[in-house]
Amino acid sequence: MTLWWIGNVVLLVVVLPVVVYLLHGVLSAAKAIVPSVHEIGAAAAAGSKDLDAAALLLTTQEQVTQTIAVAANYGGSLDVILDDA
Amino acid sequence: MEAAGVITILAVLLIVLALVYYLVSVIVALRKITAGLDKAIASVGEIVEKSAPVNDVVMTSNENLDAGVDLLEGLLVKKAGLTDAVGLVEGLYAGASAAGFRSFPESTTIKAPRIGEVYTQGTLTLARLGREAPIAAGNPAGPALRDVERGSLAARQLYPEIRQTRPDSLPRSPVIGTDAPEQYEQRDDIGAPRKRLPARDHD
Repeated sequence: MTLWWIGNVVLLVVVLPVVVYLLHGVLSAAKAIVPSVHEIGAAAAAGSKDLDAAALLLTTQEQVTQTIAVAANYGGSLDVILDDA
Repeated sequence: MEAAGVITILAVLLIVLALVYYLVSVIVALRKITAGLDKAIASVGEIVEKSAPVNDVVMTSNENLDAGVDLLEGLLVKKAGLTDAVGLVEGLYAGASAAGFRSFPESTTIKAPRIGEVYTQGTLTLARLGREAPIAAGNPAGPALRDVERGSLAARQLYPEIRQTRPDSLPRSPVIGTDAPEQYEQRDDIGAPRKRLPARDHD
């Protein structure tokens, strides 16, 4: 009977607080992750929105190609017009 | 039932309740995390999808720009010569000659002539455009097309033949006013009311 009481005391004084402490730590850690995940989601959404103009790079690519082609034409003409050094 | 048994059951019950409360709370938090990660993964997928062609576009643009730079550098060196080309670049962008031309590694070892200090940029441009340049120094290899010593003659010949022969005196400007040697008859209609035109018939 004495051992039973001792077991009860250990259960209430030691086991229960330890269980509560550990579970509280797990819950706190899980709750701390939630806002970080929301921030990550918001940042990813903003990053995705910032890349909306990436499609215009195709136009930029065409413009660069055309500009270089025009410069090459000018260069060819200058090569004909001007004397070499 | 003995009191010890009741206490044991109560303790176990408390432990189970604590486990249930905290574990359910953890499950709820993990569900929120899962939902947030789903949104984040969707946005990350969009980022990956949108940024997929960037690499090819940038690489192609860089290749085109490299070709353009090689073209212009080659043309400049071909027309002006490597030394003068370095001097021209140095005259336009001070300090740029240190980097040299990419297609001409030996250009980094050339001491840039001080072209920019002697002539203005516009003069340099004209000088490189050919022998018709005002300073007539466009191409040292050939003679200048314009007369260097009398370079203004071509421009003066554009005007009427009055001053070209350099006469001793030019006609004086006409004298105007009441004391003018030549008086003109004053017209009556100047200053008078304007004549009225006959009215039209509106049928």
